[in-house]
Amino acid sequence: MGLNDEQIQMQRIATEFAQKEFLPYMAEWDEKEYFAKETMQKAAQLGFGAIYVSEKYGGTGLTRLDSSIIFEALSRGCVSTTAYMSIHNMCAWMIEQFGSEEQKQHWIPSLASMEKFASYCLTEPGSGSDAASLATTARCDGDFYILNGSKAFISGGGDTDLYVIMVRTGSPGPKGISCILVEKDTPGLSFGKKEKKVGWNSQPTRAVILEDCKVPVSNRLGEEGQGFNIAMQGLNGGRINIASCSLGAAQASLELAANHLKVRKQFNKPLAEFQHNQFKLAQMATNLVASRLLVRKAASSLQQNLPDAVSLCSMAKLFATDQCFDIVNQALQMHGGYGYLKDYAVQQYLRDIRVHQILEGTNEIMQLIVSRDILQN
Amino acid sequence: MAMRVLVGCKRVIDYAVKIRVKPDKTGVVTEGVKHSLNPFDEIAVEEAVRLKEKKLASEVIAVSCGPPPCQETLRTALAMGVDRGIHVEIGGKDYETLQPIHVSKILAKLAQEEKVDLIILGKQAIDDDANQTAQMTAAVLDWPQGVFASKIEKMDGTLKIQREVDGGVEYVEAKLPAVISSDLRLNEPRYATLPNIMKAKKKQIAKKSISDLGVDITPRVEVLTVEDPPVREAGAKVESVEELLTKLKDLGRI
Repeated sequence: MGLNDEQIQMQRIATEFAQKEFLPYMAEWDEKEYFAKETMQKAAQLGFGAIYVSEKYGGTGLTRLDSSIIFEALSRGCVSTTAYMSIHNMCAWMIEQFGSEEQKQHWIPSLASMEKFASYCLTEPGSGSDAASLATTARCDGDFYILNGSKAFISGGGDTDLYVIMVRTGSPGPKGISCILVEKDTPGLSFGKKEKKVGWNSQPTRAVILEDCKVPVSNRLGEEGQGFNIAMQGLNGGRINIASCSLGAAQASLELAANHLKVRKQFNKPLAEFQHNQFKLAQMATNLVASRLLVRKAASSLQQNLPDAVSLCSMAKLFATDQCFDIVNQALQMHGGYGYLKDYAVQQYLRDIRVHQILEGTNEIMQLIVSRDILQN
Repeated sequence: MAMRVLVGCKRVIDYAVKIRVKPDKTGVVTEGVKHSLNPFDEIAVEEAVRLKEKKLASEVIAVSCGPPPCQETLRTALAMGVDRGIHVEIGGKDYETLQPIHVSKILAKLAQEEKVDLIILGKQAIDDDANQTAQMTAAVLDWPQGVFASKIEKMDGTLKIQREVDGGVEYVEAKLPAVISSDLRLNEPRYATLPNIMKAKKKQIAKKSISDLGVDITPRVEVLTVEDPPVREAGAKVESVEELLTKLKDLGRI
């Protein structure tokens, strides 16, 4: 599909890795809620820890498109683990993009190798879609900020090492928000209970609680008031990554469904010989390809910093996550009763990608971003 | 003294693909089918790269014979750590009739040109399962061979090779230069890393033609027909040992 030789190789490596190191454990990790740190570190050794961060700081120096291809391939092995890795990648990029030389040297190498794991903390109990209204404060006290507040639904929360936290340092609204790095074990940093989720079970999700948490001013990423911008720029890439994870799940599910249709017989013939199923498969495949093209175009646009990049990333996330959920849902239906059993992978793909329509900006917010772009330009 | 190593990299249909026979029965379907580096060759490449990492090898050269897509196969080897590749371009009918006897001569010629000390090949290709090339290459060069190797140790001027044989495990010592074929348990190949894939882009793949090497690749074998194995038939149950023996005699099995 228009990939160059290196991208085909990368895709192959990621696919092989995922088939061998993720896929056999996908169900177990979901059932046991196991955060596979060692396996992710293995992936990081291949360069998957900081894919689009420059080599200068220990990243792999590849493009957004390369990353999309890689996340899609890895996702076929385990959506939840891949999705966490994409969040980790996003954090590493934010530090590269907005950090001081010292911060970059200090953090990026250990994030690239996944010796340390990162979490992205924006959402709060009182501010989800209305992210700019966040209420966690950071009061300046000499060489420190004192942080107070709580973040909700933090992926990796409690089990990761570095928290990239958006806090209010100034006036209400987006311009009063800053971004600050908080290390685990900092006094005043604690966590809520591990959430019980429908999917994404191979990554822990917890509230992040800040009670007079003292953090050096030198941990601030970028300038005061730049935090919201940093958060949103991180999310543009994050949206492509999440959409790519949906693509992987849809691809895997489509293949599983097609195979099932060939094998399962009713009324004396394989289900694959019923035109209804054939037509359904055709629709699913068409929508998958369309989604993939949009995601890849958005990735290219973002890489080149084109003016349409933000809109395209939102469109890609909106379209791909919705389409892929439908594809996986159809694939489950095609499995009949078996699709409902946990012995079959389709249900896990479905449960895992359902949240992609919600996080990193709900699909409703994606529509808001796109329509605003249309009406203002 | 560090060895110069040559590894063979055959492009074969991927092990996971469901093979289909062509309707005209001249062979199997290869167009549009996923191909990869022969798994035993991948093990050979891994061993060579490990020798280089241990500083027992100074340079590792990968060779692949066939049409242009063989360059992708070489790139996989380069991404695993091989230094450079040689693509011996062979296409069309010549490629269809290429046999181990021809390949062994090609490899022998290249080994001499490149002043190689060690040739490591996969024990067999998963398409033809020939298990001939390593042995023939050693014969052409009149070099010692250690085939089905599960462990290789460098001694002073020789190699101590652990071989898996029907009766168990055997050790041979071979003077260098030598030919080795890799068995399954020799090692577990590494994944190429993303940075190495990018680095491999800069590594050289030289192109050679059959005429450059002066090797005769006239076919020695003609494939008459390729067919599916017979469909499995139902078995039959017997009531006693006597009946079993009678049935087997009737079928001409005993």
